Amino acid sequence: MTGAMDLPPKGGFSYDYCRRNAMLADKGLKMPGFLKTGTTIVGLVFQDGVVLGADTRATEGPIVADKNCEKIHFMAPNIYCCGAGTAADTEAVTDMVSSQLQLHRYATGRESRVVTALTLLKSHLFSYQGHVSAALVLGGVDVTGPHLHTVYPHGSTDTLPFATMGSGSLAAMSVFESQYKEGLTREEGIKLVADAIRAGIFNDLGSGSNVDVCVITKGKTEYLRNHQLPNPRTYASSKGYSFTKGQTEVLYTKITQLKPKVEVTEGDAMEE
Amino acid sequence: MVGKNCFAIASDRRLGVQLQTVATDFQRVFKIHDKLYIGLSGLATDVQTLYQRLVFRHKLYQLREERDMKPQTFASLVSALLYEKRFGPYFCQPVIAGLGEDNEPFICTMDCIGAKELAKDFVVSGTASESLYGACESMYKPNMEPEELFETVSQALQASVDRDCLSGWGGYVLVVTPTEIQERG
Repeated sequence: MTGAMDLPPKGGFSYDYCRRNAMLADKGLKMPGFLKTGTTIVGLVFQDGVVLGADTRATEGPIVADKNCEKIHFMAPNIYCCGAGTAADTEAVTDMVSSQLQLHRYATGRESRVVTALTLLKSHLFSYQGHVSAALVLGGVDVTGPHLHTVYPHGSTDTLPFATMGSGSLAAMSVFESQYKEGLTREEGIKLVADAIRAGIFNDLGSGSNVDVCVITKGKTEYLRNHQLPNPRTYASSKGYSFTKGQTEVLYTKITQLKPKVEVTEGDAMEE
Repeated sequence: MVGKNCFAIASDRRLGVQLQTVATDFQRVFKIHDKLYIGLSGLATDVQTLYQRLVFRHKLYQLREERDMKPQTFASLVSALLYEKRFGPYFCQPVIAGLGEDNEPFICTMDCIGAKELAKDFVVSGTASESLYGACESMYKPNMEPEELFETVSQALQASVDRDCLSGWGGYVLVVTPTEIQERG
């Protein structure tokens, strides 16, 4: 049996099912689709810091799997990262780099810098040659000032004053290119980001639902979850369906009472 | 599906090889501990292997920590186990349901490589997932009592499963409240 049965594995990927899966695919088993985020994610630099924005739809093929997922991931108290691409990859990569940054903070005793996160992300993604499909917009404010970067799945990065990624990136970029200027105030920055995300939501089929915004300034980060809800649910009937008890045919019923668990309180701590 | 201080988890009973039915009593919803259940859909061998691995990890956790795992922790464990096989995945989509701190219901689903999707109302997976999304979306009401929750979950399951030829042969519904577990077939 594989190592996982003896001890928990040391980390990293295990490839032991690849051959089996290839054999199953030959026999005609269709691989289930991955959850993609088919997204609009944006970031821009304003006078005091960085504003990041994202939509909240997660798709599984043509079906919307999650109408309100979180695409702005925490990396450090002063650094946040929006992720597009395969949902499992963006979550795993951002969690992993977030832990590495935390350990680095403990080792150095200093606030994390955005370029540190950037280098950790790009080296991980490059080493997997684009197979870890995560396209990220990384933004934050550190001692050297506000920074905004984009990271592509193959590991290349760009440093920009405003950036968009994801399937809705063209719709959002059109809004940025026409209305961005340097030295925006906080309100103008938030409004421009929300406008860009809304352009992505309404014009791109892979993006939808609500707008999440995150404003990072020196010393303060505000995560405005569901900042705007331009797609409220209007089709539910107010009465809803109600089913009378006994409408479903039941063949057997088994009810188990849950006993409260007995607490074993420790005695005094051992003394030398 | 989440109700008022309770949750319900349900599955169909068919096991098949493409269009041929092999068993009509296949168990897909498994107990991890009294207040935590996992339903696994997909390739039957991966369902059973993954369940055995998870029970192994949970038992080790119970021995080390002398308590049961919280649903959120368990969801992270399942996600990590699935993502480890990112390039040769298990053909399995889990649905996790449990009562957490203060008996607050917790549900989540994942795709086959561990992308967690938390929801406050309902989660679905399997071959009939598209119909299930539609049925649950229209039949769900917030804060349902356990009896009403059972009826809603069963009707949604039956309605969707009737429209899918690869699912069927009855259903199995488990409703868990802080004081009791009701299993119905």
